[in-house]
Amino acid sequence: MLEITNLHVKLAEEDKVILRGLDLKIGAGEVHAIMGPNGSGKSTLSYVLSGRDGYEVTDGSAKLLGEELSEMEPEARAAAGLFLAFQYPVGIPGVGNMTFLRTALNAQRKARGEDEISAGDFLKLVREKAKTLKIDAEMLKRPVNVGFSGGEKKRNEILQMAMLEPKMCILDETDSGLDVDAMKLVADGVNALRGAGRSFLVITHYQRLLDHIKPDVVHIMAAGRIIKTGGPELALEVENNGYADILAEVQ
Amino acid sequence: MAVMQAKADALAARLAGARPDEGGWLGKARAEALARLAPMGLPGRRDEYWRYTDPASLTAPEPVSAAVFDAKAEPRPFTALDRLKVVFVDGQFDAAQSDDLALEGIEIERLSLAGHAANHWAANLYGVLEARGQTPVERPLATLNSALATEGVLIRVTGKPSKPVSLIYLRKSNNSDAMLHHCIKVESGAELTLLENGPAAARLSKVLEVDLADGARFHHIRTQGRDHERRAVTHIFARIGAQALFKSFTLTANGRLTRNEAFIELLGADAVAHIAGASMGDGDFVHDDTVFVTHAAERCESRQVFKKVLKNGAVGVFQGKILVKQGAQKTDGYQISQSLLLDDDSQFLAKPELEIYADDVKCSHGSTSGAMDETALYYLRSRGVPLKQAQSLLVLAFLAEAISEIEDEAIADDIRNRLEGWLHRHEH
Repeated sequence: MLEITNLHVKLAEEDKVILRGLDLKIGAGEVHAIMGPNGSGKSTLSYVLSGRDGYEVTDGSAKLLGEELSEMEPEARAAAGLFLAFQYPVGIPGVGNMTFLRTALNAQRKARGEDEISAGDFLKLVREKAKTLKIDAEMLKRPVNVGFSGGEKKRNEILQMAMLEPKMCILDETDSGLDVDAMKLVADGVNALRGAGRSFLVITHYQRLLDHIKPDVVHIMAAGRIIKTGGPELALEVENNGYADILAEVQ
Repeated sequence: MAVMQAKADALAARLAGARPDEGGWLGKARAEALARLAPMGLPGRRDEYWRYTDPASLTAPEPVSAAVFDAKAEPRPFTALDRLKVVFVDGQFDAAQSDDLALEGIEIERLSLAGHAANHWAANLYGVLEARGQTPVERPLATLNSALATEGVLIRVTGKPSKPVSLIYLRKSNNSDAMLHHCIKVESGAELTLLENGPAAARLSKVLEVDLADGARFHHIRTQGRDHERRAVTHIFARIGAQALFKSFTLTANGRLTRNEAFIELLGADAVAHIAGASMGDGDFVHDDTVFVTHAAERCESRQVFKKVLKNGAVGVFQGKILVKQGAQKTDGYQISQSLLLDDDSQFLAKPELEIYADDVKCSHGSTSGAMDETALYYLRSRGVPLKQAQSLLVLAFLAEAISEIEDEAIADDIRNRLEGWLHRHEH
């Protein structure tokens, strides 16, 4: 699904190098988690994969289903099946949440040569998905992420994911700012999307999210590279002992 | 003295050869306007009120030749609405294209035919509100219009007409110099929706005097025609009675120069006045909104909402003032002017002002100028929305507050469709 090889990335406007030879391979239907200390490049990885401006790939490659991502516009990546659930979802005053969802869904369908969804079918679909995430009609009418609480924003990200049905989902610290109940709700939303060959990359600081979204593989990232890969037990080790042991071991 | 002389000279040059009809109540009103105009002269760039916009092309004796714009197959505004059409071509009434002016609850007359009528109601309105609007700031171009205008409509509303009155301003000449003067009187409890659209002339001067009796309701929606070369100066003078409602929205797209002035007086308690504008300029265009709202009674509400999208050297100007007079307690005044600058060549000049002489009022104002939100753009694109569509969505979102001032949903949709059409044609 996603194949990253020797990826090197620097900030476009500065000489700061952030990713230094990152390798990562995620197969269809797999759930991978990335943990790592602050500043290790986890969020940068998610931005670079989704096509945010301001980063420059200096070496290596990142391919989604065999296609080189760096050659695609952000919208083309989305249409190809990539989805990033933002750590800080962006508020867009003046654009209604429903309009936003429908515009995005139809744009992707159009890019894939499919017919646009009818207004009736769309409404039915969005109501059904919103209900399971406990998103009410009022929240759907409000401008995108404007006046939303932290939990509402994250639920709204998962709603978008459910509507757009991407193939490769990246969750960037989706658990940050969530209370226990909200985290459960979000995790249930994600788990409902598992299967059907859909892959996930879960970026998190804490093991607790991985109690709810059980990963197949856990990676530890530091200084712009994956330094250790293991099973779910690796997350537990980090939770108990911190990163110091692993960092020392690698060095 | 040199400045005063220049203003007087400009007026003399402009009036040369003008022979307004001096008969009837209209002739009297014109003569009075001329007398008021003489000491003012015509405005120049050194006037404080014209600091941001050069009036030279508006005051010159002849209009600058302006090629008629070919809108091709683009539909005209409001075509899908049931309305009473009054058509002017280059400032001249066009009977053939206009509807029958008879409609229940409303009297519509042509200015040029009513000027000699005895005891005409408009004799107490024509030039009267315009004259009230000369303090504290002089507006000589409006007075010039009162002195020289030969055509327009006089509308008296006594009921609730079944459809809007739609003034359509077509233009066929590259050199037309039109002056239109409309008077509208909405009686107590009556209601009118007035639509205006079209470029009107190579150079247009238009005055709209609106007198709202207690409890009257007036909705005004206009689009100014996206002719690239046209120039226009328009004035709205409104006098608003107790519990009356005044709402005016203007869509301006391109046009070499557009100066829209509004002078609105809230004279009765619990009156409401909203004035809004959305404008889009792509190229060498100037859009100037100059608004003066006076609160002279208790518990009145006013809103000024102006949004401008500018690119390729377009200049946006906003001069807006809220004056709260002594005794106008519980005033609720709001003013916002914002520009979205789509490149570094465009410019927005804003002068928001508040002047308050009452102590129990709520007044807020804000003015911002900025580029498109790159983070929002990235967010939309990351969800699969193509760049241009994402930009259009953000432009429409920026203009949404102004458009939401239009109460009638069908009319608001018509305006939104025009905006989308404009955005589609003007790549950004």
